[in-house]
Amino acid sequence: MQSASPNAARRTQNPQYDVCIVGSGAGGGMAAHALTAAGARVVMLEAGGAWYASKNSQMLTPAWATPRRGGSTRIRPFGEFDACDGGWDIEGEPYTVASGSQFRWWRARMLGGRTNHWGRISLRFGPDDFRGKTRDGLGDDWPISYEDVAPYYDRIDRLIGIFGSNEGLRNHPDGVFQPPPKPRCYELLVKKASDKLNVTCIPSRLSIITQPLPGRQACHYCGQCNRGCQAKANFSSPDVLIAPALATGRLRLLTNAMAREVGVGADGLATGVHYVDRTTGEDRFVRARIVVLAASALESTRILLNSRSAKFPQGLANSSGTLGKYITDTTGTDVSGFIPAMTDHIPHNHDGVGGLHVYMPWWLDNAKLDFPRGYHIEVWGGTGAPGAGFMGGIHRYPPGGGYGAQLKADYRKYYGATIGFSGRGEMIPNADSFCEIDPSVVDRFGIPVLRFHWKWADHELNQVKHMQETFRALVAELGGTVFSQMPTKAEGYDIARGGTIIHELGGARMGADASTSVLNANCQAHDCKNLFVADGAPFVSQADKNPTWTILALAWRTADYIAEQRKAGAL
Amino acid sequence: MTRQTDGRRTAGEPEVSRREALKAFSLVGMAAALDVTVPQLERATNAIAGMAQQQPPFVPKFFTRHEWRTVRMLVDYVIPRDARSGSATDAKVPEFMDWILADKEATESSKVSMRGGLAWLDRESQDRFGKTFVTAPDADRRRILDDIAWPAKAPDGMRQGVAFFTRFRDMTASGFYSSYIGWNDVQYVGNVFNNWDGCPPAALEKLGVSYDLMKPKTGE
Repeated sequence: MQSASPNAARRTQNPQYDVCIVGSGAGGGMAAHALTAAGARVVMLEAGGAWYASKNSQMLTPAWATPRRGGSTRIRPFGEFDACDGGWDIEGEPYTVASGSQFRWWRARMLGGRTNHWGRISLRFGPDDFRGKTRDGLGDDWPISYEDVAPYYDRIDRLIGIFGSNEGLRNHPDGVFQPPPKPRCYELLVKKASDKLNVTCIPSRLSIITQPLPGRQACHYCGQCNRGCQAKANFSSPDVLIAPALATGRLRLLTNAMAREVGVGADGLATGVHYVDRTTGEDRFVRARIVVLAASALESTRILLNSRSAKFPQGLANSSGTLGKYITDTTGTDVSGFIPAMTDHIPHNHDGVGGLHVYMPWWLDNAKLDFPRGYHIEVWGGTGAPGAGFMGGIHRYPPGGGYGAQLKADYRKYYGATIGFSGRGEMIPNADSFCEIDPSVVDRFGIPVLRFHWKWADHELNQVKHMQETFRALVAELGGTVFSQMPTKAEGYDIARGGTIIHELGGARMGADASTSVLNANCQAHDCKNLFVADGAPFVSQADKNPTWTILALAWRTADYIAEQRKAGAL
Repeated sequence: MTRQTDGRRTAGEPEVSRREALKAFSLVGMAAALDVTVPQLERATNAIAGMAQQQPPFVPKFFTRHEWRTVRMLVDYVIPRDARSGSATDAKVPEFMDWILADKEATESSKVSMRGGLAWLDRESQDRFGKTFVTAPDADRRRILDDIAWPAKAPDGMRQGVAFFTRFRDMTASGFYSSYIGWNDVQYVGNVFNNWDGCPPAALEKLGVSYDLMKPKTGE
């Protein structure tokens, strides 16, 4: 696209980069780190502004430092001190949901994307997770196996840092772990109850360092990883991946650059990326020999669907018609309860790391259950920092409400006397869950938006029912009382709405067969050899694990492949 | 007139200048580099609390004059001063509520339910005692609160009052416990650089647990 501005001539003489990476999160940051290290000249487009936890974090800001006391806002739905700049509802950036479907789409609009706000739960996919169809006939197998990815998991463990314990569990591979923090006292109580119910409960595996790494301090246990860490003790893309990439002198970072379309030449190859400068509204183009999309699973899918041309009328890399298909989110539901043993807490600081110190990896055999795939359990509770919303619903505790001296004593007595469990499970891709370009709606940049279709199958609903029953059994074993009634099937067993867990995957899945997939086993488009995807979009399936560690591993593996192909002169 | 607490300092907070407070607080941002000590951080956070105490008299943006008097009275019925800590007005809970409800992010329903709930309270008081809530005697006010503060035991016909008071109590707690006074009241001792090495023996003993639970089980 040419514009009439005086800069137009200069723009057509823009430098041509070796690689243009769209997105700066786990996938984009990892690709930039690996490609600049391999000598490539890289330009990175990020739709949001610059943000480095080491400089911009609200770490240790007390609740009373602001009149909102840390409460949530539209752009910070997890609280105003949270690092995330984005949310499910971004001004000027709508999406639509087909009638009968429920879905919400979370977007980050900041350097580092979602790596700024996540729980740092960093689980490898296991051998079974790459071959679901072989195991139970559902979904599809990946074109790669655990053995293909394992060396990259090892490299990421060492580069980024992770704590955990080697347990020898078959489908929950061990890693190169730093020592895990000791469990909090209530987590030991959970461990005891889990042992009683034969639920596997082990130290958690989080990308938070308990021993220093070059340029990064060990965790100081303030429990506020979600705000970003000024000591760089946890993983976020800007401080851990992008800063070193910039230090090579080979990375050009363009912030406030909203990618909208991949440019395609007469030969059918990608020529670069069209983007909108959010600060001026100007349309721009950056030239590159290779394009790597890492804008998040669904944003990368959207860019490809919007990259229509005479040669590719259904969008770029979509000759199979599968672009936008096979999208999934992690299933989720939560149960919390009041635990009488925890009343009248003995004051001590158990902030710990910014997340759980123990968790429960999937421990059962699906062949003996009425749902095909598993889930893991996350644990929370105890005496966290009081903030906005502190102990809401005090009337649910035994005294039933009240006011005055009695109420004030109750807040002291019951503070920290709760434990909660969150289930995070595998959804199987289905034909009714997909995204497409809405035929009539555009965002404020004029870019056509996504329309979502979403449906849970009994696979997911029965799994979430099992979560509810398990969590209630755990609370009972802890001697506690659950705050909510067991939800019914009509209530979906309280399954979180699609998009709520923020683990969207698929949309441009990889596969050996070009007629049923968008990318090959190297995350390279079947239809366009200089186009790659390095976020969650290539995933063939979910797992009972969080996806970030696998996004990182695949992005590094893809970057290695690009570097090899460049060296061989093939790209 | 209600008791004027604006400008009062709460016991135990240090006297600091705004400049000193900002200087101290800037250390928070440099904590990673400077290995700031716990007392320094406490001083910084205390200083923030101190700054809030030096503002000029508060003029509510959301509440009317009459509502303001009612709210200031009602929050202290919810959380009164006692031997350990100050009251909800000491912790500036009414100011917190006013800010939240006047903010652009406040929902229409949250504003209507607050205003409507306060109006309900006055009407109930007028119907029963011929006086608004703030002008009714303490014993009469408590008769109303006794009817709406325990949802499961509330008499029929009090549902609207119960719904209002349940929200009001939650919002009072939200403002009170997120304050410096509130953190100390519930003895929250974190939000500092810490060298975590597990929970203290007394806390483990209370729950009947030990770190032996994490040891691999020996085969049977």
